[in-house]
Amino acid sequence: MKIKSLAAGVALTIGVSSLSFNVLAADTIKVGVLHSLSGTMAISETTLKDTVLMMIEEQNKKGGLLGKQLEPVVVDPASNWPLFAEKARELLTQEEVDVIFGCWTSVSRKSVLPVLEELNGLMFYPVQYEGEESSKNVFYTGAAPNQQAIPAVDYLMNELGAERWVLAGTDYVYPRTTNKILEAYLKSKGVAEEDIMINYTPFGHSDWQSIVSDIKKFGGAGKKTAVVSTINGDANVPFYKELGNQGVSSEDIPVVAFSVGEEELSGIDTGPLVGHMAAWNYFQSVDTDLNSEFIQKWHAFTGDDSRVTNDPMEATYIGFNMWAQAVTAAGTTDVDAVEQAMIGQEVPNLTGGVAVMNKNHHLSKPVLIGEIQDDGQFEVVWETEGVVAGDAWSDFLPGSKNLIADWTAPITCGNYNVETQSCGGQAN
Amino acid sequence: MKRLLAICCYCFGLLLSLSATAAEKPLPPALAPHLEALTEASLSQTIPVLETLEAEGGEAVQPLFLHLLEGDLYFIKSSRQVIAVTESAGKDTFIDMLSGVEIEPLSSRDIKKIRVNNRLRGHLRDAIARLQLGSASASVRESAVRALLSDLDANTLSVIREARLNESAANVREVMDMALALNRLNTAAEASDRIEAIGQLEGSLEGDVRNALNRIADNDPSPQVQQAAQKALVGIEQKVEFYAFIDQLFFGLSLGSVLLLAAIGLAITFGVMGVINMAHGEMIMLGAYTTYVVQLLMPNHIEYSLWVAIPAAFVVSGMAGVLLERLVIRHLHGRPLETLLATFGVSLILQQLVRTVFSPLNRQVASPEWMSGSWEINPVLSLTLNRLYILAFALLVFFALMMLLKKSSLGLNVRAVSQNRSMAKSMGIPTGRVDALTFGLGSGIAGIAGVALSQLTNVGPNLGQSYIIDSFMVVVFGGVGNLWGTLVAAFSLGIANKFLEPVTGAVLASILVLVFIILFIQKRPKGLFPQKGRAAE
Repeated sequence: MKIKSLAAGVALTIGVSSLSFNVLAADTIKVGVLHSLSGTMAISETTLKDTVLMMIEEQNKKGGLLGKQLEPVVVDPASNWPLFAEKARELLTQEEVDVIFGCWTSVSRKSVLPVLEELNGLMFYPVQYEGEESSKNVFYTGAAPNQQAIPAVDYLMNELGAERWVLAGTDYVYPRTTNKILEAYLKSKGVAEEDIMINYTPFGHSDWQSIVSDIKKFGGAGKKTAVVSTINGDANVPFYKELGNQGVSSEDIPVVAFSVGEEELSGIDTGPLVGHMAAWNYFQSVDTDLNSEFIQKWHAFTGDDSRVTNDPMEATYIGFNMWAQAVTAAGTTDVDAVEQAMIGQEVPNLTGGVAVMNKNHHLSKPVLIGEIQDDGQFEVVWETEGVVAGDAWSDFLPGSKNLIADWTAPITCGNYNVETQSCGGQAN
Repeated sequence: MKRLLAICCYCFGLLLSLSATAAEKPLPPALAPHLEALTEASLSQTIPVLETLEAEGGEAVQPLFLHLLEGDLYFIKSSRQVIAVTESAGKDTFIDMLSGVEIEPLSSRDIKKIRVNNRLRGHLRDAIARLQLGSASASVRESAVRALLSDLDANTLSVIREARLNESAANVREVMDMALALNRLNTAAEASDRIEAIGQLEGSLEGDVRNALNRIADNDPSPQVQQAAQKALVGIEQKVEFYAFIDQLFFGLSLGSVLLLAAIGLAITFGVMGVINMAHGEMIMLGAYTTYVVQLLMPNHIEYSLWVAIPAAFVVSGMAGVLLERLVIRHLHGRPLETLLATFGVSLILQQLVRTVFSPLNRQVASPEWMSGSWEINPVLSLTLNRLYILAFALLVFFALMMLLKKSSLGLNVRAVSQNRSMAKSMGIPTGRVDALTFGLGSGIAGIAGVALSQLTNVGPNLGQSYIIDSFMVVVFGGVGNLWGTLVAAFSLGIANKFLEPVTGAVLASILVLVFIILFIQKRPKGLFPQKGRAAE
């Protein structure tokens, strides 16, 4: 433990010293960026920091907001969950930022939440998550479970005829909650207990031999089997490698993943993965004018034509544009005014259609399922008709099925119990 | 069994791509309209097109299907001409499928890929297997029949029946009989026929056979058939359990070999020299990054890159080790706490160095073809090749190191210095130089471990940290200063972990192993094989 905190300390000093931005002219709108630039999550989060910087640069070229220039304030919480809260406090009290774009893992979001609520900050959270939360101070631009997990399971069940299910995940809050929702959902669809296998592994797990072999045995029982993977981060690479080596092909046992996107695949030889799937609201391969423009800008901004785009980037893009529109509409950056102006804002999706911010601070977005191709991109094989509204509280968990979130008058509550007609039906 | 076919397809594909450099057999001209239909069909319309192609083209369409399965099939946007684009040694070859002739290279903007999805891939595999029943090689025919076992429709059965008549190889005939018996078991109206079919299927380890028998044992209308099926299943299940045990043992040995590789360098620096080297993990990481750099330098010879990477990693990590010893550890001799902190600092510096030089993102290290896939012993037992090689490699490194310490003069010096430094010094052994060389040796071996680990896990700045704890655990459990102890400890921890995992899950299994080691160290502080005699004091 001591060693770990020492490590974090050293990493922090290195991180902070390299990132102290010089203070610009006084009359600017400050935008906080709270993404890990070191540690295990740096792989995913650095990209989002760059996305926000790109969006700010572009907005400034258009003349900024309310006649002021935007000024990014980047801090590095170093994949250290308690540090996220400290850094959020620093952003809100010392830097006095008007908005924060940040967090990736649910545990970091949970750590920042009390600070945001205490200091009345405003944060945009751009990653798919387990739901069961709605805060006045947070806008969730990633997918809720009903915008990713449930449609993916429907696809496997109806289109591929899957009857047995392996729910494999990393051992932390997002996979556990998602799998709880999925288990309840599968059972409601008449799947028997013995046809569901649930498996958790630690972060960064690298020895997948016995688990893949178990999956193979489980899938060899004559019924069509599918794996729903909430495995997070770089543990995916050895997992897919082992699948390939043990000869689990996507026709026999398809794997649909919720945390594997273009960015994660750019680190692997995708040959053995061809045909496995992922469910997201965005794929780089979707061919629209808006998307190719976005990809071009991204390549120009990073100066690297091989950089890929992914779903959380689109969520950041939508979130940023909505915030900019809401600020313009409200005529101020005051959190309460912007929060009310946010609801009902519309921003075109990069994949077509329009994303709408709902009263529960979640978006309505289309859901896409793509098969991995050998160039590391996804080919869309299925998509929902129209958009799906994000549901903060799952209808499939007994504790939350009566809850809704509605941040407009007269309810103005993140966990309103429709049965008892009162706010605060269930604490987080 | 589809796996087997996949391997066969792959081998076949390899053969094809070799021959593809010249030209491919032309397709019958009558297929031209269907080929064009292939370029126009949406994913859901493609299966009928493939069926027509198979029915009309017969064996000739096999290369076409293989290219489609591999994702090598494109069409020229302007002329709808179907072409195969294969890559070998960094160069793309373009072949017109209809004429089989190589054509001028085209830009990627002029051609479009013919996409396939899972349903199509499944259909293609079955179609290829049906076509392969006419192959000249008996082993290809055999795996083709095995691949077809899961989809015995009327069309497939008639193809198998026909092929059965002309089949010359006994083992292929056997598998074909099994397929036919499986079909009889599922469809025969007479109970006696079904019992006879069960008799033929007895002892088969194929998953499809087991599933069919299971279904019959529970649901057959005739009790005699149920009994026969149950009896056949008992024998099969026994065999399956036996192979499952072997499988698990192999997983354990394989995990053990990874632990051994990671720990063996530490067994030298910590075990023999007594230096607590927190930067050991980073030596492994340096080795893995060396593999990455070697692959960058020889992009067209990935197959041989590991052979270059092994000595390169040894030298890089070994040099880093010698430098570390000369610049830091030497000055802290006999002060374990300071050594611990200093080497920990070095480990952070090395991690940050790698982040700055290579980027904080994981780097992609390719696996050579000969390390991919698995060695299929029977339908329920297959050993993955990369693990198998690494197991052999770990043992090789271990025994080479053992010989070095036992037989070479360096080894003699190392043992002398580690047992009694001042005595060795007074005998004229240059202890300083021996220290540096020993540390370099231990670090170099860690570098070699990095090459092996780059094939199993992510190559990133945090690679070392995930193995440092395990390494210390193995060395301490095995007994400090004893190489054999390290070997036994690594394998027993690996096996224990893998036998616990199915029962408790991966998270709990590693916790249980850790708790066990803590209790064990309480009882026997010096590990499994404590050093005895005066040298141990």
